[in-house]
Amino acid sequence: MDYELIVPYIPNLRRYARALVGDRDGADDLVQDTLERAVRKFHLWRPGDLRAWLFSIMHNVFVNQLKGRKISPSVEIDEEMIPAHMPTVNSVDVLDLERALVRLAPEQREVVLLIALEDMSYADVSRALGIPIGTVMSRLSRGRERLRRLMEGEPPRELRVVQ
Amino acid sequence: MTAEEDRKYAGQTLAIKRHFEPVMTEPIPARMYLKSPGWIEYARAAVVLAVGIAIGLAIPMLRPAPAPLTPMVQLPIRAARAHLVYSPEVRHPVEVDAKEQDHLVKWLSKRLDVPLKVPVLTQEGFELLGGRLLPGNDGPVAQFMYQDPAGKRLTLYVTPTRKGEATLTSFRFAKEGKVSVFYWIDDQCGYALSGEVDKTTLAKVASLVYKQLES
Repeated sequence: MDYELIVPYIPNLRRYARALVGDRDGADDLVQDTLERAVRKFHLWRPGDLRAWLFSIMHNVFVNQLKGRKISPSVEIDEEMIPAHMPTVNSVDVLDLERALVRLAPEQREVVLLIALEDMSYADVSRALGIPIGTVMSRLSRGRERLRRLMEGEPPRELRVVQ
Repeated sequence: MTAEEDRKYAGQTLAIKRHFEPVMTEPIPARMYLKSPGWIEYARAAVVLAVGIAIGLAIPMLRPAPAPLTPMVQLPIRAARAHLVYSPEVRHPVEVDAKEQDHLVKWLSKRLDVPLKVPVLTQEGFELLGGRLLPGNDGPVAQFMYQDPAGKRLTLYVTPTRKGEATLTSFRFAKEGKVSVFYWIDDQCGYALSGEVDKTTLAKVASLVYKQLES
């Protein structure tokens, strides 16, 4: 079996999953599901970038997990749509990195993390996530900015209290 | 915009990288060292079984064509033939006489490209006559010849195994016509001791050869 080829990437997959999912158990479940799927689909892999292929599988598994939780990942979640997530609007909340990441829209989180953790190029991310390069760039741009605001405690500009 | 943005967020990128770096060296949970999933094992077993059945069904059709002889199968046959050709030689049973044993060993080791040892079989009543180089299946092989006081001759046929082809075997016995052969393969060579003697006698000598070569 070609599982030996995959093993070297397990630490990378775990690191990314940890940052993406937030909690350790959830992350390792994602890795586990990804590995199992990769082994099942290994015959579909054409020699090339194995890392990108594995991350694309993880992306698919992740998207399916989100669907299972009834969160549609295809909808770009903007700040305005999740006011409930913001604790109190008036008190400026400084979040640590992990809590801030969890508040990013999953689509933005994926792009930000693949580039930060894996040093992927836009083209790599585009392949791994199956989205156009332009989308990679806009998600990255928005994700980074939102992450910065969450961590620096600068309230999002258009955020309004929804009563 | 991208290079500029990359610079702008370089600190953020670094913070993310540093924060999650420890995960890279965390021990990987045992459950992640998957074997192939169970159903793949079943699928494989099924394929093996199907191939086995196909081969089994095909064998009667293949029977007229002789099965290709592996080097292992050929070893006792070739050894017995070499024995039959050279052991009756009265005047030239060997190329290099036992008197030049050092030269003989060096020469054959060099030609076969393996360090050879010449067993001493005196305790079983056989003295070394000498040895010769022979053409083997795909390269030179060596033959050492021994003789007892009654003129009975034994030959030890040594063929180097090619890398990857060596399948270690324990002692095996074969009879090719009048010639009895004990043969075995170790990690460097295949050996076959041949003689027109009874199996018990040959077995005693062969085990002595084996002991000396493997020690």
